[in-house]
Amino acid sequence: MSAIIVERLVKSFGKLIAVNEASFTVDEGELFGFLGPNGAGKTTTINILTTLLIPSSGKAVVGGFDVVAEAEKVRRIIGLVPQDITVDDDLTGMENLMLHAGLYHLDRQGAKRRAKEVLELLNLTDAANRKVETYSGGMRKRLELAAGLMHHPDILFLDEPTLGLDVQTRTAIWNYVKKLRDELGMTIFLTTHYMDEADALCDRIAIIDHGRIVAIDTPKSLKNSLGGDIIELEVMHNNPEDVVQLINKIDSVKKAAFMDGLFRVTVERGEETLPMMLETLLRKGHRVTRVIMKKPSLEEVFLEYTGRALRAEQGSWEEAFRQRMIIQRARA
Amino acid sequence: MRDIVVEIYVLLGRELKKWYRSPFLLLMTIIQPVIWMGLFGKALNLTGLLQVPEELLRQLPPDATSLIAELFNKVMTNLFGASGIDYFSYMSVGMLSIVVLFTSMSSGMTIVWDRRLGFLNKLLVSPVKRGSIIISKVLSGVVRSIVQAILVMLIAIALGARYSPAGPLAPLVALSALTLLSLGLSSLFISIAVRLRSWESQMATINLLNLPLMFASNALYPIKMMPAWLQAIASVNPISYAVDAVRQSLLMGASMSISALLLDIGALTLFAALFTGVGVLVADRGLRRG
Repeated sequence: MSAIIVERLVKSFGKLIAVNEASFTVDEGELFGFLGPNGAGKTTTINILTTLLIPSSGKAVVGGFDVVAEAEKVRRIIGLVPQDITVDDDLTGMENLMLHAGLYHLDRQGAKRRAKEVLELLNLTDAANRKVETYSGGMRKRLELAAGLMHHPDILFLDEPTLGLDVQTRTAIWNYVKKLRDELGMTIFLTTHYMDEADALCDRIAIIDHGRIVAIDTPKSLKNSLGGDIIELEVMHNNPEDVVQLINKIDSVKKAAFMDGLFRVTVERGEETLPMMLETLLRKGHRVTRVIMKKPSLEEVFLEYTGRALRAEQGSWEEAFRQRMIIQRARA
Repeated sequence: MRDIVVEIYVLLGRELKKWYRSPFLLLMTIIQPVIWMGLFGKALNLTGLLQVPEELLRQLPPDATSLIAELFNKVMTNLFGASGIDYFSYMSVGMLSIVVLFTSMSSGMTIVWDRRLGFLNKLLVSPVKRGSIIISKVLSGVVRSIVQAILVMLIAIALGARYSPAGPLAPLVALSALTLLSLGLSSLFISIAVRLRSWESQMATINLLNLPLMFASNALYPIKMMPAWLQAIASVNPISYAVDAVRQSLLMGASMSISALLLDIGALTLFAALFTGVGVLVADRGLRRG
């Protein structure tokens, strides 16, 4: 059975379409990742699936329940670990967990036992009776995760679980997330804009850009779909078309294109093809000023599917601010 | 139903724990009314204006003395309700309602912060009833208001306020009046806060309303001293009714007016019922999904 079924989901805030006809399914026990740049519609999707927002159109079913019509039932079986750290600074770790238990009507004895379990699982037992204001950022995030687990959710939503954390803490959080899937068989839906995170954790990934899902598959197949290594060249040229044609004549070249001032070439056996390509270009009088060769990665997959790099966000500060305002006002 | 009680208990517990564990905040919210009492109650001695110095009386013929004393007593009774009241006691009782006003207003702030820090979303994805979230906020505003009002009253007594309760139940009547006022005000400000997204706009709303509500009431001076238009405002201001109820029960002693007290409690009950009802409904809508 599928844990999550999403069909042609749309969410718009005024003129801004945050989620545009998204469709996907997540299997039970799967660790499913939503990968995309900031503002791509990841959090909006999570907010719809966790019953915080109502979709403009389309359908979403979580754990067999419709998120609009059966929101109450959905809420009982999901856990959300939001982007922000919401655990209470003024309370101890244990008190925070007991507060969560209260929200889900767990009985006190059972809740105490469960709290000890999840604290143990996330290595927080020693800090349980300390106020959260003494916790480090990583500990707070772990407590947040622990709180999300208190009521044994079937499906756990993690919104940017490692945003703003240092490298060691990130790796630690990854290990905990894997443990949840491997040992508890939990279905986990996570969003991230870190390629390495999606690659290291997820069974399957959906790449989302401007509210649209552009590709869904396992990280491995996505990388394989690139068809080989990537070579990027900066070449002195008069006409990019000539250069592209020239490159395409080489046998092991599968695809060549000119974008953003660079020639982007997909090749087999990059190590051997590269010298050959340089020789060909030089012979025709094209001076190569820069060469980059990359092994297939999700970074390249993203570029391939969306035509732009994940890091190099286009747009201005004002535009970003305006979009935020639109979303805020539309939600008000 | 049992679910709702448990949820309110859990959420109210969180609110109150956060409150009593920060004694600094508690202190700060009490200091302000105490300063007001010091500045207004001690310096602006309105009743002192109506006292005639002894040596002046001695210079007048005896029948004039008793006439003047009678006249001044009548003026005092007319303005302040009883002749033997000193201004500090008079306004310190008014301050109790002002403490309730300020504290109830700030209870809306916590929902703005919960939204901002993401805790509200955490609540909204849980099976907790939307109504429980609002009611626990309102109740925490009421509990905080009453505890702070009692503290301010004890400080006022320490500073020399003289109260003469009309009977053993009088303090309870006073507290009920303050509770009703706090219920209505907390609901009002929480329903505003649910609609507002930023704490800046919530602060602006509070600052816009707090001083007018305080000055256009009988908390600091008798309504009869006001111009007619201000009297009209003061007579629909719920704070006036709470202040009067507390004065009738704590200050007037034997000259307490039962009919005035009944009118006060009736008006406050109406205010609390209306604003709590509408406030909870409006706030509940504000928590609905977009």
